[in-house]
Amino acid sequence: MSPFIRAHILVCSGAGCVSSGCHGVYDSLMRALEEEGILGEVKVIKTGCIGSCDLGPTVLIYPDGTFYQKVTPEDAKEIVEEHIVKGRPVARLFPRQAEGEPAENISSLNFFKKQVKVVLRNCGVIDPENIYEYVARDGYEALARVLTDMTPKDVIDTIKQSGLRGRGGAGFPTGLKWEFAQRVHADEKYVVCNADEGDPGAFMDRSVLEGDPHSIVEAMTIAGYAIGANQGYIYVRAEYPLAVSRLTHAIEEAHEFGVLGENLFGSGFSFDLDIRVGAGAFVCGEETALLASMEGKRGMPRPRPPFPANEGLFRKPTLINNVETYANIAPIILKGPDWFRSIGTEKSPGTKVFALAGKINNTGLVEVPMGTTLREIVYEIGGGIPGGKAFKAAQTGGPSGGCIPESLLDISMEYDTLTKAGAMMGSGGLIIMDEDTCMVDIAKFFLQFTQDESCGKCVPCREGTKVMLDILTRITEGKGQAGDIQTLEALGKTIKNTALCGLGQTAPNPVLSSIRYFRNEYEAHIDEKRCPGGVCKDLVGYEIDAEKCRGCSLCAKACPTQAIHPVAGEAALAEASGGEGGHKPKRRTYEIDNSKCQKCGECMSVCRFDAVSRR
Amino acid sequence: MASEVVAKRSKLESVGGECKCHGKLPDDRFDKLRDVIDEYKDKPGSLIPVLHEAQQLFGCLPEDVQEFVAKGLGVPESEVYGVATFYSLFSLKPKGKWTISVCLGTACYVKGAADCLEALKKELGIDIGGTSEDGLFTLEGVRCVGACALAPVVVIGDTVYAKVKPEDIKRILAEHVEAHSTEAHAS
Repeated sequence: MSPFIRAHILVCSGAGCVSSGCHGVYDSLMRALEEEGILGEVKVIKTGCIGSCDLGPTVLIYPDGTFYQKVTPEDAKEIVEEHIVKGRPVARLFPRQAEGEPAENISSLNFFKKQVKVVLRNCGVIDPENIYEYVARDGYEALARVLTDMTPKDVIDTIKQSGLRGRGGAGFPTGLKWEFAQRVHADEKYVVCNADEGDPGAFMDRSVLEGDPHSIVEAMTIAGYAIGANQGYIYVRAEYPLAVSRLTHAIEEAHEFGVLGENLFGSGFSFDLDIRVGAGAFVCGEETALLASMEGKRGMPRPRPPFPANEGLFRKPTLINNVETYANIAPIILKGPDWFRSIGTEKSPGTKVFALAGKINNTGLVEVPMGTTLREIVYEIGGGIPGGKAFKAAQTGGPSGGCIPESLLDISMEYDTLTKAGAMMGSGGLIIMDEDTCMVDIAKFFLQFTQDESCGKCVPCREGTKVMLDILTRITEGKGQAGDIQTLEALGKTIKNTALCGLGQTAPNPVLSSIRYFRNEYEAHIDEKRCPGGVCKDLVGYEIDAEKCRGCSLCAKACPTQAIHPVAGEAALAEASGGEGGHKPKRRTYEIDNSKCQKCGECMSVCRFDAVSRR
Repeated sequence: MASEVVAKRSKLESVGGECKCHGKLPDDRFDKLRDVIDEYKDKPGSLIPVLHEAQQLFGCLPEDVQEFVAKGLGVPESEVYGVATFYSLFSLKPKGKWTISVCLGTACYVKGAADCLEALKKELGIDIGGTSEDGLFTLEGVRCVGACALAPVVVIGDTVYAKVKPEDIKRILAEHVEAHSTEAHAS
C-alpha cells in the first residue's frame, strides 16, 4: 500500500528557475522535511516550467494551491516549518500583483487567470521524469485508443476535423500534412519532430520537452501509426541539454512500459524513436535544412517540391511537425475535434503558447485561446510595462515576423490577422518594446541575425540581406541618405519573392513592418539625424537644462569620461547681471562637453532634478 | 593500426603546442574516438553525432581529428570540414578553460545585452570568438538560451548569470575565477 501523502510541493525546474537556483531550494526542502520527520507524508516534485519565469524559483503547494515566488533555500526551510508543519502560509513570499495585492493562491494570479492550458497541460504539474505521473493525467490513453479502436484514416480525419494548424509558424493544416504523408506508398516512412527552436525569444518548445516529454513520444507514435511509419526522430538543438536528457529518459521509460517499441498494445504496430542533436544553426529549423542536417550534411535547404511528405529524410516520405503541434494531438484524440474547435477562433482553433518577454512586468510562458487580443496579453496577463513607460510595439515571430504598433493593440492574435498586419505568428515569441526602444535598431538587430544565419546558398538571401543590413547600419550611424527607405522596401520585396527557403523569404519582415508602422522613426534618423528612442549612439546627445540644474555635481562625478564641468565664468556673470539688490550670486550650473561625451546616459540616470535630457 | 594512432597523436601535439597535456599524459583519445566511430559507423547520418563526441574528447576539431573521422566513417575530408565549419557549435581552434556565452536573443538585446558584450570585450581584451591571453575565457555571442525572463543573461561555463549590467562584468569574472579555483582546491 502506498503511504498517505498529505501535501505535494511542486518545485518549478524549468530552465528559468534552474538558472535562478531552484535546485538549492529543492535540497533545502528535503532537508527540512527530513529534520521534521515528515519526509514520508509530503511529496516534493521537480516539475517542468510553471510559466512565471521572472518570479523564479517558484514553489507551488497542493492541495491548497499556494504559490510562493523568489524562494531561497532559507525560505524553503521556513515554508516547511510554518506552512507544512503548522499550516500557516508564509505571506511574505506571495507574489504581488500590479495593484499591490498579494496573491496567495495560484488561481488568483492575473498571470494565470486568462490562460487555457492544452499544450502546457502537464507542464509545471507533473514530474517529467516519472511516467506514472504522465499516465495518471490520461497519458498514453490516446495512443491506446488509436491503436485499438481507430484506423489510420480515422486518426487523420479527426485531426483534419479539429482544424489544428502547424504551430511552427506557417500554420499549415496538420491533418492535411498527415494525409499527404499517408497517401504516399513507400517501404519506409519517417516521423520527425522539429525541436530546433531557434527563434530568439521563444522557449515554449523547450518547456514542453522539459516539462512533458511523454506527450511528444505519445503524439509521434500516433502520427507513425496514422501515416504508416515505424521510426521517428526528434531533432533537438544542442543548446537545450536538459531537454535532451529528459527526452532520452522518457524514451527509455516508454520502452520499459511497452508504449514504445514492438507490437504496441498487441496491435502489431511497432514504433521507435531516436534523438538527433543539432549543432547550432538557425536555418536548420527550416524543414529541408533540418533533414539535410539529420543526414549528417551541412544544414542547407533545398527547393520544394519535392515536399518532405513525398521525399524527405534519406529520400523517404517524411512527416515533420513542430513540438507544440504534437503536444495538441493527444487531447484532440481524447476529447474530440469539436472540443478543440470550441477553443480559439474559427480559422485558428485551439490555443497558442506565447513566450512573453522584453519590457513587460510578468515575463514567462502564457497559453491563451487563439483570438485573444494583444492588449489582454500585455496588460491583463503581462501586467503592463515596467516603470510606467509607454507601450511602443510588440514583435511577434522573431526574426521572421514583424512588429505590431500601439494602434493595433486590439488585434486578435491568430494566424491570418497577424499575417495581414505584416507580422507573423511564427513560433510564438512575443517581445514587448517600450518607448525607449528604437525600431530601426531592432530591425537592424533582426537582420544581423538572419544575415549571420543565412546559409549562403541562394543569392537573394546571401547578398540581399547583406545590402539591407549595410543600409540599416548606415542609417543608425547617422549616414542615412534620401531614398534609403525606398531601396529597403524594394530589396525587401524582392528577397521575399525570390529567396529559396523560409529563412530568406521572411528575413525582410522586421524591416518592412517597422517601415510600415514607424516610417517616421526612419525619417528622423535619415533627415534629422535624430534617434527618437535614444538608442543609436551616434545620433544621441545629452544636454543639461541650466534652469533646472541645481549644481549638485552628481552628474560630473558619475561621468566616466569627465565630460561634464561647471559652466565657465557663470558665477561671475550672474553676479554682474543680478547683483542689484545684493543678491547672493546664482548657483553655478554644469554643462556637457560633447566632444568627450560617450553617450552612456549615466548623467541622466543620476540627476535628481530632471535637468539632463536627451536630444 | 596502433602505429597509425601514435602517428596521429604526435601530429596533434605538434600543432603549435595546442594540446594541454604537452605529451605528458598517455593520449588514448584517438582510441576512444575509434570506439565512437565504430558504434556509429553503420547508422545513416552519423557524422554530426561523431563530431560532437570528437569535440567532447579533444576540446575542438583540429585537422587531424577531422581526417581521422573522415577515414573512419568513409566520407570525404572535404565533407567533414564542410560540416565542421557550418555549425556554430563546432570549433577548429582550442577554447579557453571557460566559455562565456553572452545571450544575444531578442529579450536580452532589448534589455541591454549589447552593452554587456562590449564590457566583456573591453575587460578581456578580445573580440567574439577570441580567447583571453591567460587562456581562461573564450568569448561567444549565442542565440537565445531561452531564459528570457532573466535577461540579459551571460553564461560562464555552466553558471548562468541573470540580469547582468555592464558594470557587473568585472565582479562576475572575478567571482567566477574565485569560486572555481576554490572548488578545484577542495576536490
